[in-house]
Amino acid sequence: MDVVDLARWQFGITTVVHYFFVPFTISMAFLVAIMQTMWMRTQDERWLRLTKFFGKLLLINLAVGVVTGLVQEFQFGLNWSDFSRFVGDIFGAPLAMEALLAFYLESVFVGVWIFGWGRIPPKIHLATIWVTAFATLLSAYFILAANSFMQNPVGYEINEEAGRAELTDFGAVLTNKVTLVTFPHTIFAAFMVGGAVVAGVAMWHLVKGRREPTAAEPGAPSDAITFRHALRIGAVAVLIGGVGAAVSGDLQGKVMTEVQPMKMAAAEALYDTQQPAPFSLFTVGSLDGSQALYSIEIPYLLSFLSTGSFQGEVQGINDIQQEYEQLYGPGDYTPNIPATYWTFRLMVGFGGLAAAIAAWQLWSTRRGRVPTSVWALRATVVLPFLPLAANTFGWVFTEMGRQPWLVFGLMPTASGVTPGSTAGGVFATLASFTVLYAGLTVLWVWLLAKHARPGLPDVSAEARWGRSSAGEDGSSAGDAAAGSGDDDAADRPLTFAY
Amino acid sequence: MDLATVWFVLVAVLWVGYLALEGFDFGVGMLTRGFARGDRERRVLINTIGPVWDGNEVWMITAVGATFAAFPEWYATAWAAYYAPLVVILMSLIVRGLAFEYRAKHDTERWRRWWDRAIFWGSAVPAFTWGVLLAGFVQGLPLDGRHDFTGGLADIVTPYTMLGGAVTVVLSLLHGAHYVALKTVGDIRLRARALAGRLAAPVALLAAGFAGWTLLDRDGGPMSWLAWLGGVGLVVALIAGRAAIVQRSEGWAFTASFTAMVFFGVVLFASLYPNVLPSTTDVGGLTIANAASSDYTLTVITWVAVPFVPLVVAYQTWVYWMFRRRIGVQHIPSP
Repeated sequence: MDVVDLARWQFGITTVVHYFFVPFTISMAFLVAIMQTMWMRTQDERWLRLTKFFGKLLLINLAVGVVTGLVQEFQFGLNWSDFSRFVGDIFGAPLAMEALLAFYLESVFVGVWIFGWGRIPPKIHLATIWVTAFATLLSAYFILAANSFMQNPVGYEINEEAGRAELTDFGAVLTNKVTLVTFPHTIFAAFMVGGAVVAGVAMWHLVKGRREPTAAEPGAPSDAITFRHALRIGAVAVLIGGVGAAVSGDLQGKVMTEVQPMKMAAAEALYDTQQPAPFSLFTVGSLDGSQALYSIEIPYLLSFLSTGSFQGEVQGINDIQQEYEQLYGPGDYTPNIPATYWTFRLMVGFGGLAAAIAAWQLWSTRRGRVPTSVWALRATVVLPFLPLAANTFGWVFTEMGRQPWLVFGLMPTASGVTPGSTAGGVFATLASFTVLYAGLTVLWVWLLAKHARPGLPDVSAEARWGRSSAGEDGSSAGDAAAGSGDDDAADRPLTFAY
Repeated sequence: MDLATVWFVLVAVLWVGYLALEGFDFGVGMLTRGFARGDRERRVLINTIGPVWDGNEVWMITAVGATFAAFPEWYATAWAAYYAPLVVILMSLIVRGLAFEYRAKHDTERWRRWWDRAIFWGSAVPAFTWGVLLAGFVQGLPLDGRHDFTGGLADIVTPYTMLGGAVTVVLSLLHGAHYVALKTVGDIRLRARALAGRLAAPVALLAAGFAGWTLLDRDGGPMSWLAWLGGVGLVVALIAGRAAIVQRSEGWAFTASFTAMVFFGVVLFASLYPNVLPSTTDVGGLTIANAASSDYTLTVITWVAVPFVPLVVAYQTWVYWMFRRRIGVQHIPSP
């Protein structure tokens, strides 16, 4: 492997692992905010218990998401300094804005949320989780705007003298049509992750409680009703996310056909231009994907996905390759076809399976029913991993599908690498990051499982705090707790502490 | 002042903010070992910075993001040159951040011991290494005609940059001791005060040494008057901090070490101006002018920074006010 490959592996591994945590944070922040809002509105302690229970999972995940995000801010400079030089005039601005507008908000207010229980007015506390949740969306928008520039560069001109691309229209960068379709797709897909975690964990408790009533903890019957609420919210989030991801993904396919036809052709491993073009569900072919041995195809579907018409013409890889050779000079402009072909199908497949399981969950728990088979239990454990896999494969597809370009049409991947970097050096950091990130991922799954397993927490302290200022304008309790500290409450233990 | 210079100042402000804010939480992290007696005291220390450390760290993220947006050449050259030490910083900050959140999430002695190590080393190592790297900006690096780093680790790890690292560590430690004195009650507060009193003289000596070396070496730059002012201010602030802590005015002592951190940053960035990364060879030095983004980009990000930087400062200040209450061992709930 040469430096370029190693640098790509390092970016790929650190970014894919970082993205395990990102969709979880985005969706779970909103779901927890909704639960806490329900508690504030109804004063029903069940919602408070769900808020604390899933809030803990959110924080376990958020911590590892935040720290792996640190690497992202630097790594365009580490291995990709010529990329940073070439597009920094454009690419740096959304990154800086993400930090200034979104990341500060998220980091500052989530700290208030974590430590604010029992210490600040409940309404302000509720506001902090909403601020955190919206900050994650804002963050996602800026990052996607930067990424979309690499897929479809807009709002720039090349300054030959300076040897770089320069920004001419920031509005165009923020309203890149790729950003506009990728943002909803990403957010809907993210909601499938958080929804699946909530639905999976809640149903696991329901099924477990029904299968082993003796093992259930005291207060289990009320836990069951509470988890049923959570199951509904989670499963509905998965379904809405699934439908939304499908619809936005369809729009995305059409934009992709327009701006990156090679990626669309690679997704289908369509070598020759066809009209109408079928979509293959499954292909057994030669390893390099150049020859199909056996394939299940749905006629007309690819035409519809790419062009919106069942009779539309879809360009094949060979034609696009020829066209690009004329446009950009000799070279190989095809991405890794088996990788793009399969990651696309795995994305759709895992996403679809998650939605199907969520639908089954709603059906099988209708009107107080609880399935008790061991398969029901297993499905709940598997469910959270499915949208996560779909998210991962989606990103691997879209980034590998852009190859051999780093910035489509402007900069080949190999030209972006830091000059003078050595394979040995990059390999050393790649190995270190891989070991560290593997450890983090194991720890993350283990801690989440550990904290998802016990029943709902005792929330009497938080409930008292919530009640004490309900009906007033929500300030007295918090002010007393945060005050100078020589009242009776001064020596009471904190409601929350690390 | 042209926009590129404005952004140099802003990047400097972000780094200075980072040193002054994360400086004390690095200090608190280092105090968890040796200073803290037992698990409860360690938890008191961690909880004094619990609500705020993450927000403090964003100053660095934003400094880096702002560098990328306003000075892409600086971003590209610096992080590629600083590759190995940066990876050390990043890995340390990763385990440190996790340690705060995960330490109390599993109840065994061994688990806590590992995270305690992560908190200590995850605070000491980045404090030192950032000091080395920031001093390295002032010192300069061997670059070639297209601004690429041509040297090795020996060009980054020099006596001057090592002193920069050491000063950052001890300043953070003192700043952290002041913060602990300000934010705790009971025995731990008294010991933090005593420790800060003992630390002041050696810290001032080291800081004066670093400032003197920088100023003599970089004298004659267009902003050297400001760098001198920073050097004098740094020492005066440390003396004032010592006077305040002896008088038991913890608020003033903390203000003094905060100011000392700011002046430390002033020494660095005023000496650096108008360069952003000078070259130790005859070619390739990066200056504000040749590293900057286009005017249009600078204009766009200026429009964003003007309202949002003050807003960030405002809400972060509000959060400190919100969590102004002191804590002691009696406030730590049982696990």
